Formats: sequence, structure tokens, C-alpha cells
Amino acid sequence: MSNKEKRKELKSRIKKKRQKKYQKRVKTDERLKAKKQKTEAKQNKKAEKLKRKEAKKKSGPVWNHEQKKFLLKQLIRRDFKSRYKRAALGVLWSMLSPLCFFAAQAVVFSKILGRGEHYIAYLITGNIVFHYFSDATTNSMFALQANGGIISKIKVDKDMFLFSRSVSCLINFFFTAAVMFFIIAIDHIPFHLNFLLLIFPVICLFFMNMGIGYILSALFVLFKDTQYLYSIFTRILIYFSAIFYYTDRFPEPLQNVFYFNPVYCYICYFRSIIIDNTIPSLFIHGLCIGYPILFMLIGKIVYKVNDNKFAYYF
Amino acid sequence: MVVDVQNVSIKYRVGDFRNIGLKEFLAQKIKGQYDAKDFWAVDDVSFQLDKGDFLGIVGTNGAGKTTLLKAVSGVIRPAKGTVETNGQISALLALGTGFDDDMTVKENIYLRGAFLGYTEKFLNEKYPEIIEFSELQEFENYRLRQLSSGMRSRMAFSIASLIDPDILILDEVLAVGDAAFRKKSEAKMMEIIKNGTTTLFVSHSLAQVKKLANKVLWLDKGKQMAFGDAKEVCAEYEQFINTKKK
Repeated sequence: MSNKEKRKELKSRIKKKRQKKYQKRVKTDERLKAKKQKTEAKQNKKAEKLKRKEAKKKSGPVWNHEQKKFLLKQLIRRDFKSRYKRAALGVLWSMLSPLCFFAAQAVVFSKILGRGEHYIAYLITGNIVFHYFSDATTNSMFALQANGGIISKIKVDKDMFLFSRSVSCLINFFFTAAVMFFIIAIDHIPFHLNFLLLIFPVICLFFMNMGIGYILSALFVLFKDTQYLYSIFTRILIYFSAIFYYTDRFPEPLQNVFYFNPVYCYICYFRSIIIDNTIPSLFIHGLCIGYPILFMLIGKIVYKVNDNKFAYYF
Repeated sequence: MVVDVQNVSIKYRVGDFRNIGLKEFLAQKIKGQYDAKDFWAVDDVSFQLDKGDFLGIVGTNGAGKTTLLKAVSGVIRPAKGTVETNGQISALLALGTGFDDDMTVKENIYLRGAFLGYTEKFLNEKYPEIIEFSELQEFENYRLRQLSSGMRSRMAFSIASLIDPDILILDEVLAVGDAAFRKKSEAKMMEIIKNGTTTLFVSHSLAQVKKLANKVLWLDKGKQMAFGDAKEVCAEYEQFINTKKK
């Protein structure tokens, strides 16, 4: 009896062991299979991604350099013209806003904040540079929305619309800059060769405005009150750009906080060349180059991320 | 192979999300009323076209025909699948876009030409031809806003008619204008098409598709119902419409 029982038990034990082993094998097999499938799926995904990348390069009209240049020229012409709506006073009209601000500040603040020495030049440089910044960025905000019809129908580089607007604002800046130099001459500052160095901050400012334009134009497509919020922002920024007061009235550490305002850096550059006739420090140069790079990078990323989304909104 | 569309799916977004501000967006999000849903406007569509093929795309409204054309022309990227094209594409999706009301006819012709990828030299050369074809010689220096809508479409068509693409994409713009101009413009389009171009053509007119196309793609609610020989697919589609009417 006991022998028989023992044998039975042994048999059942062996059976159980075998079953367990078998189950284990099946399990590992399944696991391996799943792993294989996973890697295969991954590889497939990778292959598809590569293929899509290649197809993306191939698909759509291929624009060569000549075509792009011609389109850009036409766009700049359109943007510049539509801005002035063919009015003879158009260019003068666009200078009205910065000059009025300048005049009002000259009347009100000269006695309170002025220091006699070249306060007029101090005011006009601040106003003109700030106006270029706010004008270019506000204008670029509409670059995508205004061209929505074409963007949803024809494959074009979206950057072109932004670039053409930036250029037409730059042209406008040159007109206001001419007035600025005229007023500076009235303030008894003779023209000197260092003025030519101003090309550097203008180029940097151009690209910074464009970088901010990328961000704003994308935001404006997604949210229509960007325009309203941004106009509040620029109006506040005026007070943090040291346009009509001197920063040395603040304690030392606070003075450095101003460098977080990119527009202030460019205004500093202009004043240092025009009023003090000295080349600004390497630090200011660094900031003037750094800000455009930063904003262009962010802007490009924003465009890339939302590129496919824009089509839903037009 | 000139056009190779493989398993293309395109996501589209619908709902009341356009023209809202950040304020409304946040308010809707908080209340959980944000109404933007993704849906598949084109779902797993594949077809191939060879040189000289004329593809008619048929389907009811909202079938995803125009969306598919946009993907082929490169305006939108498909969410899944690949589109491969060989050669210069001209997409005439809507002729009237890209004009500026405050600019003259001449300036608009140059602007629109630039959008279509013409070069300056080419436009200088062809400008008289465009203005003559559109019959707008006396209006050259008029602002666009002063033109009638018929005149506008004549101008738009005349600019577009100079294209010489390998792949032509048409969204019901075979002919425009009054009866006389319609005849003229259709003849001009046929001239381009017969030049060995591969054409993709969306139309609601089955008669037109039957007349022109050698291949037909039938879409319904984004899904590919059939692709193949024009006669067969047209017959199937006709049957489908007839049963629907009942």
C-alpha cells in the first residue's frame, strides 16, 4: 500500500514538475516572441520614419534659389506698399508715432529728468530704437494669419512671409533713423566715423525682431488675443527700457537687471556710440548677439512643432 | 512612377477652436467645453500614377478629396503613410488666393506668378501673353478692388495657364468666367494636360470625369472605396449614388 502510494506520489510529482517545466518553456517562448515583435515593430517604425523623411524631401514643388528670391522681392514690395496704401504721406505718417512720443517726453521730462547734456539725443535714440522693436514685432505677428489663404493652398516656406515683413519694417526703420540723425545733429553732436558701427546692433536687432516674430505669429494663429496681450506687454516694456530716465539712479545690482530686457541692450549700444562716442563693452556685444540667437532658436522650434497644426486654422 | 501614395492617412481637427483667444481657450478647458476633436479626414489611401495618367477623384462632400490633394501637393503632411512625387508640381487648388486688393493688376500678376514659382525673366517675357489672354489690356493699371469678380477669375486663370508642370493638381478649376472665356480656358487647360502631364483632378461632375480621366479614385468619408480603371469605378460609384437616392 505504502509502496504503491509512494509510487503514485512520485509519479504525480514528476508529472507536476514536467508540467511546470513545460509551462516555463512556453512562457519564455512567448516572452521571446513578444520581444522579437517589439524590436521588429521598432525597426518598422524607424524604417517608416526614414522613408517619410525621404518622401518629405521629395514631395512638393522644389523651389530653387532664383524662384525664392523673386517671390521674396514681390512679397517685400507688397508688404511695404500695403503698409502705406499708396498715400503720399505714408512714410511720414509712420514716423508720427515715435516722434510724437519723443516730443511729449522732451516737453515733460526735460526739466525733471534731464541733465542738460544731450538729453534730446538720449530721448530720440531710446524712442527710435524702441519703436523699431515694437513696430517690427507687432507687424510680424500677422505674418502667418494674413497669408493664411496662400499657406493652405500652396507649398511655400512660411519663413518667407515673416522675412518679407521684417525687411519692410527695416526699410521703415531707416527712414525714422534718418530723422533721428537729424535731431542728433540739432543737439550739437557731430557725425563721427564710429556711427558706422551702428550697423552691428541694427543687424542683431533685425534678427531678434524676426525671432520674436516667429513666436508671436505662431501664437496669433492659435490665440487671437495675442495681439491685445502683446500690446499691453510692449506698453509696459517702455517703462523698463530706460527711454526717458537714467539707470544710474538705481543702486548697482538693480542696474544690471536691465540687461534682461533685450531692447535696453540695443538702446545702450546706440547711446554709447552716439552720445559718448565710445565702443560698448564686450558684455554688451555678447548680449546683442546672444538675444537674436536665443529668440531665433525658440522661434524656429515653435514653427517646427506647430507646422502641421497651422493648416487647421486657415 | 510619377506619383506614389502609400497608406496615407491625414488627421484633421474640427470644432469651435478657431478665432478664440487665450482667455476663451483657458475658460473652455477649465469648464471642459473645449471642443476640438481630431478625426481622420483621409484614412489609409493608396494609389500610383504613371506619366500621362489622368486621375479623377470622386466622392460626396467631405470625403477628403481636397485634403488628399493638399497632401500630394505638400501643403499638409500626412500623419501616416508616404507621398512620393517625381517632378515639378503645380497645384491650382484655389485660383483666387494670394492677391492683394490694393495693388494693380500688373503687380498682382507678378505676385501671383511668384507664388506659382515663375522666375522674373519668365514673367517679363510672358506678361503680354497673360494680359492678352485675360482680355484685361485696358485695366492693367487698375487696382484689383476695382475689378469685377469675373475679371478677377479671368486674370487668375491666365496667370496659372502658363504653368508647365510634370504633375498638375486641379480642384474644380478646369474652366472659369463667362461662356466664351470658359471655352477658351478649358481648351487651354486641355493643352497643358495633353502635354504629357500627370493630372489629379477633383470634380463633382461625373460626366467630366468620365470624359477626361483614365483612372478614378473613389473616396467616401475618408476611406478608399475603389481605385482603378475609370469606367469600372465610375459605374460602381454611379450605382452607389443611385442606391443612396432611394
